[in-house]
Amino acid sequence: MMGSENADGFEETQINASKEDMENLSLGVDGDGADGDDPLTKSHVNGDSSNSGYRSAMSTLSNVRDPLSTPPTLLTPTDSDPLFAPSSFGDIRSHGSKPNCSDNSYIEPPSYADVIFSPFDENSDSEINGAEDSSVHSQSSDSLSRSPSSSSSDYIKITVSNPQKEQEPSNSIVPGGNNYITYLITTRTNLPDFGGPSEFSVRRRFRDVVTLADRLAESYRGFCIPPRPDKSVVESQVMQKQEFVEQRRLALEKYLRRLSAHPVIRNSDELKVFLQVQGKLPLPMSTDVASRMLDGAVKLPKQLFGEGGASAVPVHEVVQPAKGGRDLLRLFKELRQSVSNDWGGSKPPVVEEDKEFLEKKEKMHDLEQQIINASQQAESLVKAQQDMGETMGELGLAFIKLTKFENEEAVFNAQRTRAADMKNVATAAVKASRFYRELNSQTVKHLDTLHDYLGMMMAVQGAFADRSSALLTVQTLLSELSSLQARAEKLEAASAKVFGGDKSRIRKIEELKETIKVTEDAKNVAIREYERIKENNRSEVERLDSERRVDFMNMMKGFVVNQVGYAEKISNVWAKVAEESSQYDREKQSS
Amino acid sequence: MENTEQTRSITGSMQSPRSPSSQPYFSVSVTDPVKLGNGVQSYISYRVITKTNFPEYQGPEKIVIRRYSDFVWLRDRLFEKYKGVFIPPLPEKSAVEKFRFSAEFIEMRRAALDIFVNRIALHPELQQSEDLRTFLQADEETMERFRFQETGIFKKKPADLMQMFRDVQSKVSDAVLGKEKPVEETTPEYEKLKHYVFELENHLTEAQKHAYRLVKRHRELGQSLLDFGKAVKLLGACEGEPTGRAFSDLGTKSELLSIKLQKEAQRVLMNFEEPLKDYVRYVQSIKATIAERGTAFRQHCELAETTKLKEINLDKLMLTRSEKVGEAEIEYRVIKAESEEATQRFERIVKRMNEEIVRFQEQKTEEMGVAFHQFAKGQARLANGIGDAWRALLPKLEAASSV
Repeated sequence: MMGSENADGFEETQINASKEDMENLSLGVDGDGADGDDPLTKSHVNGDSSNSGYRSAMSTLSNVRDPLSTPPTLLTPTDSDPLFAPSSFGDIRSHGSKPNCSDNSYIEPPSYADVIFSPFDENSDSEINGAEDSSVHSQSSDSLSRSPSSSSSDYIKITVSNPQKEQEPSNSIVPGGNNYITYLITTRTNLPDFGGPSEFSVRRRFRDVVTLADRLAESYRGFCIPPRPDKSVVESQVMQKQEFVEQRRLALEKYLRRLSAHPVIRNSDELKVFLQVQGKLPLPMSTDVASRMLDGAVKLPKQLFGEGGASAVPVHEVVQPAKGGRDLLRLFKELRQSVSNDWGGSKPPVVEEDKEFLEKKEKMHDLEQQIINASQQAESLVKAQQDMGETMGELGLAFIKLTKFENEEAVFNAQRTRAADMKNVATAAVKASRFYRELNSQTVKHLDTLHDYLGMMMAVQGAFADRSSALLTVQTLLSELSSLQARAEKLEAASAKVFGGDKSRIRKIEELKETIKVTEDAKNVAIREYERIKENNRSEVERLDSERRVDFMNMMKGFVVNQVGYAEKISNVWAKVAEESSQYDREKQSS
Repeated sequence: MENTEQTRSITGSMQSPRSPSSQPYFSVSVTDPVKLGNGVQSYISYRVITKTNFPEYQGPEKIVIRRYSDFVWLRDRLFEKYKGVFIPPLPEKSAVEKFRFSAEFIEMRRAALDIFVNRIALHPELQQSEDLRTFLQADEETMERFRFQETGIFKKKPADLMQMFRDVQSKVSDAVLGKEKPVEETTPEYEKLKHYVFELENHLTEAQKHAYRLVKRHRELGQSLLDFGKAVKLLGACEGEPTGRAFSDLGTKSELLSIKLQKEAQRVLMNFEEPLKDYVRYVQSIKATIAERGTAFRQHCELAETTKLKEINLDKLMLTRSEKVGEAEIEYRVIKAESEEATQRFERIVKRMNEEIVRFQEQKTEEMGVAFHQFAKGQARLANGIGDAWRALLPKLEAASSV
């Protein structure tokens, strides 16, 4: 898991604000330069379809990816957001003028496009951090990302962009043809496996990603492979919609980045081929019905009991779970076992005797539950922070209108005084509102880790499933072996009774003995495969555990640092107002 | 409650600047809400303690028991008798049954009633009111009797009924004379004032609405922090050290902050949202006064018209030496006297309103100033508390991650 992944995403579209822009954002109060340092963060929306929950809550924070290419007015997040409604108060930028001056210098709604602030982006200039964040641990930006590349100079960075509509050039019976979307996948890396420092791009469609995922699942059994984005069961019309495409683009990017973060998979042939080979993806596709039903595999394994027997069967094919057209016998055997066990009351199809493994599995399950729970509460927290910011902003705006009204209609000085007092509060409320929103988009980034790990828990389940199915294979072979041997014995016993030998029976026994030998070999291979997968499981889980600890620690630190930083900012804003209105402090004067 | 008395500065702003010793004082407190009665008929009673050295009052201290409808009675009487004065507003009757006896509602109402009575006690005209004396001093049975008189269907006094009758009469004559439109003052200053008051109500209502929502947001954020804290602690229980401990600390902090937020929510409600609501009520009271002024103006105009007509009629009769002259003369004198009364009433209202506006603006600036100050202080304190709490966690997190 790369903590820097999310931060990296901002590199592309990061804009360093000019000094002037920052001053304009400072709302015209002297010594408030720090405000200009707090531009709004462009948060990303993660497109995992399983996570539409707080994404929609956060969608008001998200913007089109490249703010530079759209005029700022289009960036108004929601219609109801009063901060960004067209202001009728005049567009007066206050350059350091006093807040209470009577020329009505009202706040211009800040534009997201002006500045982007990403304090935890290790690649960003820390100039934006400014002196104000001295109490914020600025070194945390380095310690926050646990990317392998931060220790060495290796890096690989994948970007998914530029979705385009393409048409299948086939004989379309259905008019309107088969439209699909392709994405431009750009890789920047200096890994030697890719031929030294280079940058290259290919176009891929979603189907190719499915293929990649399936091939990886086959080749890396026992590994915790990051799960790919979901296929969508939606009609083609929806698929064309921009929002869907954008969600998918983000999901794909995240997926590929996770793959490239995995120390073993990043060097896989499958991934290399996917990222580099132009044109059609040269990986076999998943096609047959049976495999689609079982959401998995690919190849049509050659029949185990050989064409002509013996060990013409490639070893790795023997140990594939029996899915796919030909080997229906084995398929049905395994299916029968697992189905009967599932329906019969969730007994595992395999007899798992490894207590340690069972414990680990149990623990992982608990962990997953808690991560789900924590992720949900994180969503609620984010929404609550968002709402607070919004309402604070609306309050500020209402007071601004009141201020303007009192000033226009003022007959008495008391009214002007009140208007001035009100304006301070209003200004502070608007500033605080902005801070809440910034805080929130940072919070999303950090707490996102929880959500990412949900995906990883799925990967762990996949790894455990690989192990279970390998064990099932072993056990199936073992039981077949023993039944074959029993048959052989019976035949031998029967044949011995016949005086002078039973030609047909003897021949049968010979054949059986051949089969037994092949099965014996297959069993040994299966056992070796099982042990291999077990080892993969173990090392992967260990790796994941330690990565997860680091990531969670970083998440907590980032979250807390963020809270501290923005609490300070918000506090300062209000302390100033309290200071300015200290004449109204009744606690000091006794009544 | 000290809080309310500190935040509301009426006492301070309204007292005349004389030396403290033996200066007249008049302060009231509404305290000790107690639920009385059974079931549907249950209600809250308050202790009203009057401390004064005013000669008309049984001093130095008098305690009576009053309920909400007694306050309503007082307000209605003052409204009738002191037209032109912006009668201090009362907190609303609660429509929602189950909310009626919640601690929060009761406290807010008590505080608002306290302010209500004190404002009256400090108002130079209102404080002379006989009804106020009754309210503050009469025993409970007497008070109940007074109250029942007013809540009867025939609320209006005979004099009022006559006036209503005359109003109808004059309206009829208006219709006959072809004057369909009601007569209204149209001086530019008054127009401006009316416009100001109506617009102000709109703006204030909006601000108050957002203030109330802000209270809710505080509560929601507090709740979500609580839930988040719990969830994070559970997650920590699954993880080994050091992550588990870190999660546990994080969760505990989160729960702590939830409490701070709930507390602040309450403060924002009492010290910020409630003053805004009070402001709105005050403006509504002004609108009621404006309506009264309108009525008084109409009466003044109509009676002046009628008087003129009667005069014309009288002159006509005198010219023709009709025997109806005597009658007409009497009628004319009566109407003229009434007209003069109506004009006086109207002018008194105008005078009072002019004074009241000045007082109102100053009072509101002071009260809102205090409310703003309290709000800002509260928000700063909250943010500081949040910052401090999280900051305390950082060294622990640092230590845990370097393990």
